[in-house]
Amino acid sequence: MNLHEYQAKHLLEKYNLPVPLGEVASSPEEAIMIADKLGRHRWVVKAQVHAGGRGKAGGVKLVSSKEELINAVKSLLGTRLVTYQTDAQGQPVNQLLIAQPCDIKRELYLGAVIDRTQQRLVFMASTEGGVEIEKIAKDTPEKIIKIILDPLIGAMPYQARELGFKLNLSLDQIKQFTYIFTQLSKLFIENDLSLLEINPLVITQEDTLLCLDAKITLDDNALFRHPNLRTLRDPTQENERENHAHEWELSYIPLEGNIGCMVNGAGLAMATMDLIKLHGGNPANFLDVGGGATKDRVTEAFKIILSDKNVKGILVNIFGGIVRCDLIAEGIIDAVKDVGIKIPVVVRLEGNNADIGAKKLSASGLNIIAAQSLTDAAKRIVNSIKEVS
Amino acid sequence: MILINKQTKVLCQGFTGQQGTFHSEQAIEYGTQMVGGVTPGKGGQTHLSLPVFNTVKEALAATEVNASVIYVPAPFCKDSIIEAIDAGIKLIVCITEGVPTQDMLYVKAYLKNFPDTRLIGPNCPGIITPGECKIGIMPGYIHQKGKVGIVSRSGTLTYEAVKQTSDLNLGQTTCIGIGGDPIPGMSFIDVLSLFQKDPETEAIIMVGEIGGTAEEEAAAFIKHHVKKPVISYIAGVTAPAGKRMGHAGAIIAGGKGTAAEKFAALEAAGVHTVRSPADIGMKVKEILSAANYRK
Repeated sequence: MNLHEYQAKHLLEKYNLPVPLGEVASSPEEAIMIADKLGRHRWVVKAQVHAGGRGKAGGVKLVSSKEELINAVKSLLGTRLVTYQTDAQGQPVNQLLIAQPCDIKRELYLGAVIDRTQQRLVFMASTEGGVEIEKIAKDTPEKIIKIILDPLIGAMPYQARELGFKLNLSLDQIKQFTYIFTQLSKLFIENDLSLLEINPLVITQEDTLLCLDAKITLDDNALFRHPNLRTLRDPTQENERENHAHEWELSYIPLEGNIGCMVNGAGLAMATMDLIKLHGGNPANFLDVGGGATKDRVTEAFKIILSDKNVKGILVNIFGGIVRCDLIAEGIIDAVKDVGIKIPVVVRLEGNNADIGAKKLSASGLNIIAAQSLTDAAKRIVNSIKEVS
Repeated sequence: MILINKQTKVLCQGFTGQQGTFHSEQAIEYGTQMVGGVTPGKGGQTHLSLPVFNTVKEALAATEVNASVIYVPAPFCKDSIIEAIDAGIKLIVCITEGVPTQDMLYVKAYLKNFPDTRLIGPNCPGIITPGECKIGIMPGYIHQKGKVGIVSRSGTLTYEAVKQTSDLNLGQTTCIGIGGDPIPGMSFIDVLSLFQKDPETEAIIMVGEIGGTAEEEAAAFIKHHVKKPVISYIAGVTAPAGKRMGHAGAIIAGGKGTAAEKFAALEAAGVHTVRSPADIGMKVKEILSAANYRK
């Protein structure tokens, strides 16, 4: 689960970390009130969306009068922001962070993730803060300094000093940096983060370190122990169909193609998509119905797949395993009837009682093709779509 | 075969729960030597005609145990795994999905103190030596005793590879699903080195998927340490890059983790790759026939 910048900064404030003053607004009136409260005559207006690259996409505006502020707010609220980290539709802008600007002397990068290879929490820092950080990591990886944390020891101040000296900070700045580093690592661990990014971490003209932006992703599996963080979820930033699927414990990701897929198991679901592509088709989605492919869930899965108007045919690939395939076949037949599916449905059942299941499908009188094998299934659905179009 | 056989005595943690009950029944039916289970507070009771214990240590005091399988809910897995480690069980198989990543960081760090203890999972189908012992949720009947070792990150995709090798009468020595979580117990490399040493295993199937760099690391290991033929398929060529937040993930991955990257790394290491998941079994057959012909 992703947090918005303002939510992430609230969390930072709880750990006494330095962030610019600011509050979130969802109307021009609220924006004015916040601006009055912040005082001065310059404000930064930042679109709150779950994506990076907002600045370059026009989602961050510096304003120096109330008129400019209102114009900026009106031009952003209710729009969709497309950045290089979003899809082509972009993310809806429903809230804006109105914050005090600061005079920047230097911009640093500070990020933390759980590194699968190291199997450790790893902090990364660089003197080159800002949006070009990925390019820097690729072209000049030596400019990214990494610090690996032992989970049983946590962050040590010496590690912060080591980073600080490599970042060419002054002694006083290193003191501030050490505090920020140890607090951030505490925040990361105590809240079960999977990603934390302060980009940029700035040094102001007054030589103060300030967390100018903050990105936080939480580990979904650990949300059960953070009920307060769970409430911060913003469904408007997530795909509607993905959310609906989630409620049914179905894992669904829409894609660009026209062959809907329903598969049990994430690995087999990806493999099925690959197979469709290999035989000249294009998958319309990833959908994992999980272990219990019951009638209700299969029905719901069909509905979700069909809510994508590009879908011209559906491939169902179920490896029955312990569940009996004849029962799954019955569920599929009922679901196809209930939903009233008109487009071709190719079903490949494998495992326990697969033969009986295939016979039931063929005898159903519906537009269901029982495939003989994995390859057969992929070929049949690809061909049936070619015939239609 | 590796790690488990007819003699393996298995304890179930989370024995009396729905999952623990169902899959223990299936395991017993398959012929696995289940010796009992642990459910705190239900010690002294009998479940599936086997004794229930309050703690893992109690179970070990009462009966011989070589392996433990864990079906407890995700919030309690860290505790259950550490309990099994502390009790001295040498093979721990955690089936549960949804374990917090940080819990696994602690578990893995703690495991370093116990070099003889192996953990499979979490979020995995488990391990099976066909005809001898089944620990996990895989359907037993698709397996067949034979000569192929299978290691995979995915569940149902593993069954696909198993079914294909059974249909072609190649059979399997042992199959291990290492699980799809970011921080798994045993890695591809751990399993590959066991298959390399196992005299019965003639070929190895490695099924990977996008994300992380486990396949790339395995490729580097295979190049220098695995003499047996390895056949591999990677799922996720068509998977979308996806929306993302920030740069940290991309920086740490350093351009690795895509299916194309993984296929390239494996091929450079001499691994036989297939682009279709339906071709895994045939490829193994082809390679083994060619090898026998050369003999």
